[in-house]
This record gives sequence, structure tokens and C-alpha cells, in this order.
Amino acid sequence: RARPDKSLRFPRPLVIYLFSNAPGVCKYPAGPPAPCGWGAEEAKRFSKRSGTFPPAHSHNDWIGPPDKHSNLRPVIFYVSPEESPLERRLREARQEAQEKEEFIYSRLKAKGLEMRDETGQKATLNAEEMADFYKDFLSKNFRKHMQYNRDWYKRNFTITYLMGQVALARALRWLRWKKKNS
Amino acid sequence: RSAGSCSGTLGLFLWHLKNTGIRQIPCHFVQLCRVANDRLITFQYFNFLKRMYVTQCNKDLSQRAKPKSDSVASPFRELQQLDQEKKVIHKIRPISPVHQPLSETSIRNEVREMKSAAETEDSVTPVRAESKEDRQWKEMKLQLNDLPGILARLSKIKLTALVVSTASAGFAMAPVPFDLTCFLIASLGTGLASCAANSINQFFEVPFDSNMNRTKNRPLVRGQISPLLAVCFAASCGVPGIALLTLGVNPLTGALGAFNIFLYTCCYTPMKRMSIANTWVGAVVGAIPPVMGWTAATGSLDAGALLLGGILYSWQFPHFNALSWGLREDYSRGGYCMMSVTHPGLCRRVALRHCLALIGLSTVAPLLDITTWTFPIISLPINLYISYLGFRFYRDADRSSSRKLFFCSLWHLPLLLLVMFTCKKSFLEKEDKGDLLGESHGRAMEIRLP
Repeated sequence: RARPDKSLRFPRPLVIYLFSNAPGVCKYPAGPPAPCGWGAEEAKRFSKRSGTFPPAHSHNDWIGPPDKHSNLRPVIFYVSPEESPLERRLREARQEAQEKEEFIYSRLKAKGLEMRDETGQKATLNAEEMADFYKDFLSKNFRKHMQYNRDWYKRNFTITYLMGQVALARALRWLRWKKKNS
Repeated sequence: RSAGSCSGTLGLFLWHLKNTGIRQIPCHFVQLCRVANDRLITFQYFNFLKRMYVTQCNKDLSQRAKPKSDSVASPFRELQQLDQEKKVIHKIRPISPVHQPLSETSIRNEVREMKSAAETEDSVTPVRAESKEDRQWKEMKLQLNDLPGILARLSKIKLTALVVSTASAGFAMAPVPFDLTCFLIASLGTGLASCAANSINQFFEVPFDSNMNRTKNRPLVRGQISPLLAVCFAASCGVPGIALLTLGVNPLTGALGAFNIFLYTCCYTPMKRMSIANTWVGAVVGAIPPVMGWTAATGSLDAGALLLGGILYSWQFPHFNALSWGLREDYSRGGYCMMSVTHPGLCRRVALRHCLALIGLSTVAPLLDITTWTFPIISLPINLYISYLGFRFYRDADRSSSRKLFFCSLWHLPLLLLVMFTCKKSFLEKEDKGDLLGESHGRAMEIRLP
């Protein structure tokens, strides 16, 4: 006995349709990094979120729970006192990527993508209507999605490449240190 | 049905208990399960599991699907499954944290997710612990003792195992004497190539994965490893894998492996966001491993290889389309272009079409001298059954028919390959008929696999 498909609750599609209108993303404050430990900005954000400070003895980045709306996990970046320019570039690139994503997704959330009917109630759609909506939605925002895709791939490759360079530099430094000490 | 779901639930518990180090399994649980058939059952005896899920054994299918566990991920792409061992229980991953555990969750949803989790690539960590840890800030430092588990999840190790088994099916079907070393090298090479492809796929899809319930617990999304490590791991699997295939087996197999990696990472993965044609590309990705197995054995790409590939290609569609029908919400949330989201009619038509194609392909097998004529005859019932379910899915277009079709595809493929293998035209038979394949007799031992 076939059951009719119940109306699907309208899921919020995660589409970057405001990307092209994004104002300048706030960059990491220029200037020398904090003398040691955590940057002031990050510490503030961290304490705002969780009320606890990343432990001072930790020399690593910290990653937090996924954001309720964007599902992205915020990262607090550790600023080493002996940060080389390369490492700083890496950190800034990661910071910028994170802020960009956060911006995009928070704007998305603010706009919301819930269809409402005349009475303002959230409408439930059946499969066909949803399919039509998404087809329409995806085709209308195709360019923006492609743009986001391209940017994401570029960011991803840049950051990974920088990570590779940093890792190589650190390895060489360690080898030199070893040779000096042995 | 309730027995099946109960065994699935039991399996879930077994797995969970095993992971949390609890040895005893009170028998109360089983009784509870059997008793409750149409009412809400809560497992009061297990505090740590009480909030994990509450199954509701009513007939109502809820659209408020709770976060879905990892469902099928296919060879080289998230399609194919080959549940040959039927040990679904051991491969079950507990479902991801339920935010509203008391919400309407049908037990069938549970079963489906549990069964589909059999092919999941992701973790099998206990749900409760996971959700608690999830709320905390974690240091991004690589823990060496976690590394094997993380890499297993990164490479979708279970999916890779299924890919390797399809490749070995291809190897077994080849009409040549069985060569064990070649078989092992080919399997290893295919496995490594699959690991590499899956890792790169996860590397590319981090922000999209974080938005889908199925994939939000992947290692890169959770920051357990850095992207650099993922890429290095992929390279360290892919390069030796392809080298092994090229040098240890033959260049053709190596080329196919490299091509498949390229197809999966550079064509299928970006295309998922661009057009619905990604499903067809992904079907090709799933069809190549058995072809690789065949070429590993024979060294040439002949009609038999293409037929085997064709059977797997056709199989992908009912399998994936039925699966994606139930995950429409998730896919649309992730912004993917899938047929089930944007072209539902086409989705069902294609599934039905390829179910019928399976019948046709099974009939072609004896014509190409791969199997005897008993194969199409014996396989007709199972092919007809899956076609029937495909037709029901086409007509009804609801979750229950899609689930039926999906589950059928899980056992259909292993059974079909098994039947094919038992009906394989004997190598000796062909020799008797003077149909020498030009293999030197002294080289390899003729081991006819039982």
C-alpha cells in the first residue's frame, strides 16, 4: 500500500548568495604579533564563547564546537613568539579564511531562507514543489556557487601549500639545530 | 521486520557497548525490544544509552529525520556498497548525536541508518561521548594513538574494502588460471588507490561536509588533522598504490587506477556542485574497479571486463538514487546538485531503467563466453525482484519504496556476483573445446576456486 510522501519540512539551503555583496572582510590586525601566547582578539573571542582562556602552556591552535547556524568550527590561532614571516602568512591566511566563511554563513543565517506564505507561517512543501524550488534556486545562484567554489579551492590550496612550506622550514630548522648540538 | 530491526538495534548496542568497554549485555534489552511493537520504547536500563535514541515503533514515517548517520559511500565515490559478508552488525556505526532524542523517530529510520551505516566511512565512536566532546574546545594537536582511527576515517576504509572486493570479483571472473600473487598485489594496489581518492575527496569538501549531518564528523571537518597531513597521506597511498599496480601487475591496470582517482577527485567531486551529471560520472567510477580486476588477471581490456563494468555501472543507479531519495534534505542543505533534489522524476526513471538493464546485461554474459547459460536463468529472479522494486519506487516515489529498493540493492549485487562466479565458464572446459587462451601451462597453477 503506497503511502504518500509527507510534506517535507523546508530545509535551509546553504548557499552563498550574498558572497558577491560581501564588504571587506576584516583582516587580522597588522603589526607584530602579540609578544607570546594568544592574540588579544582571539582571547576576547574565546572568553566570550566559552568563558575560559586557552591554557597558557598550550602551544597549539584550539578548535571549538560547530557554530549553531553555520556549522563551522571556530579556531583560535596560537601566535608563537618566534613566529617566522612564513608562519605568520600562514596564520593570517587561515584567519582570513575563517573570517570569510563565518561572515558568509552568518549573513546567510540572518537572511534566512524560509519560505513563508501569506500568513507568515512556515510553509511545508511536497517533493515536487521542493524540487522546483531548488532547481530554481540552484540555477539562479549558479554563478555565485561557482565563484564560492573557486574561492574555496584557491583558499584551500594556498593554505595547504603554506602549511607545506612551514613544515619544510621547521624541519630544516630542526635539522640545523640538531647538527649544531650534536 | 521487527526482528530485523531488533537485530539491527541489538547490533547497534553491541557495537556501542563494545566500544565503551562494557562486557555484559543484559538480556532485559532483548525482551524490551520484542515487546514493544507499536509503542514507544525507552531503554530505561541503560542510562548512558537512554538519551541516545528512543525508537518509536509506529508506522508513521517522520520527515523530521534526525541527523542521519553516515550512509552509503561508494567505491571511489559515495555510491557503491558490497555487503558481502552480511555482517551488518559489525559494521554499524552508532547514529550521530540526536538533538531531540524524543522526537518522532521511526524504527525503520533507525534500521535504515544502521544498515546504511554499514558502508559508512566514518567513525564508530560512541554517540554519547562524541556529542559531549563535540561541545568542548579541543587542542589541535595530533594525537598519535588516534592517528590510525583518524586515517581510517579519512580514507573511508570500509568503503575501500568494498571497492577491493569488487575488484577481486573482477579478477575472479577473468578466464585465466588464478594467480595468487597477482591477485594480492592487485587488491593491495586498488585499496591504496581508493584510500588516496577518498582522502582527496574529503580534503576538497570540508565546508560542504560540515553542513551535512551525514558527514559533519569527518576528521578534517573536526580539525583532528591538518589538510597538509591529509594530502600527504593521500600522496603516500596513491603513489605506491599506482606504482604497485603499474609495476607489479601491468601498466593497463595502473593506468585505470590513476584514471579512476582522477575521475573521482577532479571530475566527480567538483561536479557534485555543478550539475546532476555527477551521478553518471560516479557510476563510471564505481564500475572501473572490477574492470581493473579483470585487466589485472588477463592484461587486456576485453568484452568480459566491459560487461562486468557495465553490470556495476547499472547497479549504481538503483542503489544511489534510492539512497539519495531519503537524503534529499541533507543534500539540498549541503547545496549539492543531485537528481533526487532537482529532478525527482528523472531520478526514479533512471533507477528503473537501469534495473531493467541489469537483466539485459545478465543475458549478454553467456554470449560473451564469460558464464554458462545457467547464469541468466538463475539470476533472473533476483533481477526481476529488483526491477519490481524499482518499478514500485518509480510509481510510489516515497521513502518506504526507496528504502526497499536501497536495501535490495545491498544484497542484490553480492548475490549476483556470487551466482556469476559459480556459473563461470570453466577454464578447463574452454581448453577441452580447443579454445586455448594462449597461457603457458607451466607458469601458473590452475586453482579452480570453489
